[in-house]
Amino acid sequence: MSTQTVPREEIEELVRELLVDELDIEPEMIRPEATMESLDIDSLDLVEIGQIVQRRYGVRIKAADAEGVADLGGVVDMIHAKVVAGPDAQADDEPDAA
Amino acid sequence: MPDHAPIAVTGMGCVSPLGVGVAALTEGWSAGRSGIVDGLGRCRDFDAKEFLARKEIKRFDPFTQFAVVAAAEAMAQADWGEDSGIAPERVGVVVGSGSGGTRTLEEGAEVVDVDPLEVSGLTVPKMMANAAAGVIALRHGFRGPAFAVVSACSSGSDAIADGVRMIRLGEADAVLVGGAEAQIQKLPMAAFGIMEALSPTGMSRPFDRRRDGFVMAEGAGILVLERADVARARGADVLGWVLGYGVSNDAYHLVAPHPEGRGAIQAMRLALANAGLEPGDVDYVNAHGTGTPANDATETHAIKQVLGARAPEVPVSSLKSAIGHLIGAAGALEAIATIGALRAQVAPPTLNLEDPDDGLDLDYVALRSRPMFDAPRERAVALSNSFGFGGHNSVLALAADRQEVAA
Repeated sequence: MSTQTVPREEIEELVRELLVDELDIEPEMIRPEATMESLDIDSLDLVEIGQIVQRRYGVRIKAADAEGVADLGGVVDMIHAKVVAGPDAQADDEPDAA
Repeated sequence: MPDHAPIAVTGMGCVSPLGVGVAALTEGWSAGRSGIVDGLGRCRDFDAKEFLARKEIKRFDPFTQFAVVAAAEAMAQADWGEDSGIAPERVGVVVGSGSGGTRTLEEGAEVVDVDPLEVSGLTVPKMMANAAAGVIALRHGFRGPAFAVVSACSSGSDAIADGVRMIRLGEADAVLVGGAEAQIQKLPMAAFGIMEALSPTGMSRPFDRRRDGFVMAEGAGILVLERADVARARGADVLGWVLGYGVSNDAYHLVAPHPEGRGAIQAMRLALANAGLEPGDVDYVNAHGTGTPANDATETHAIKQVLGARAPEVPVSSLKSAIGHLIGAAGALEAIATIGALRAQVAPPTLNLEDPDDGLDLDYVALRSRPMFDAPRERAVALSNSFGFGGHNSVLALAADRQEVAA
């Protein structure tokens, strides 16, 4: 299984960039404890973030992965864990994937 | 409620090739201005950034952007305060569209060939034809019935008819109705072009001998319909009335109108009956008037059949001469423009009509607007025709009291 060595800060920076550039969120609003609700981020936004993560790191974020994630820090943790586990871990997750 | 209860229009809004807002449409058309540039009716004055948040712009296909801005104007005019007495769950939204998010569909089609995983996650909510209705309901918190009507070029008119029906049936106290379209895109342009429906010269010349098809246009029109007693109870300023509607199908050909205007005649007669009107009550006809050879001839024939001996006296004009054809939004813009014309009691012009074709001998108000009557009247009445591919015919009977014009 191939894992990727990616520092958490890199993911944090990527998420910050996406929120500011793609979702037009004020930079000062972006704090680890900020909730999805307070940032007005919904499932459609997460699909978009997921696609960008996929493009860069080759791992797929699914809607279910965001379940139970309460704040921005949690989003970064979740994406980081996925990225570190690497694309191969996903193939194991998805027995029905082609 | 009686079957023919008049329904009040308390707000109107639009985005059209003549500009953003109803005033730009009604005053522009009446003054003989054209919104067609280089053979297209683009909404060139519309800048989404002026009206919508960046996230909204990203999430809305242009047809929804137009609809949302038109709805905001209509709602501001309707002026429902906190104490309007109109419950959100009693408000419906019906917005027609010929094809929904055409740009989104084209963009997605290009990406999917390269990599299906790169297709935007916003594709479905942007391209669905009901996006405009859904977004307006969401933005304003209206929880009554909301959906799109899809009947090609009669969608906008059919949406208004559906709103009237909904209020008369007691399913809603108010309904935002209208249409939205943004088909100035390569696929629809090529497709309408290959059918020879589009004007190769880029001229919108309804009823003229040289007419050679319609000019593609984009935009949206939204009207706020209210039950008359609801509008009255809150002291609303009533702009006009939908007195009735008539809807039919030619059942003749997928895209060609019936040569004798069979379905059009039926729809016009149904609209009069539904409104409790006689042919003699009609002061103005807002024609479908696309500028295609077939439509203008059969529509003229149909108007003559319905209005009988009075036909030569009744002004008939085509908004499409000034803004082009907004497909699924056309009927809504035409209803708005008609109410504006009835309020002013001025028949707006059919632009570019210099040489009426043989047999097309109604009073098409060629080139310049003129008063509807010799002396002002209390109220004026009109029919507004919309016909669509698929054989659809949708006719509205509209009325408005004379607007007091400040001296």
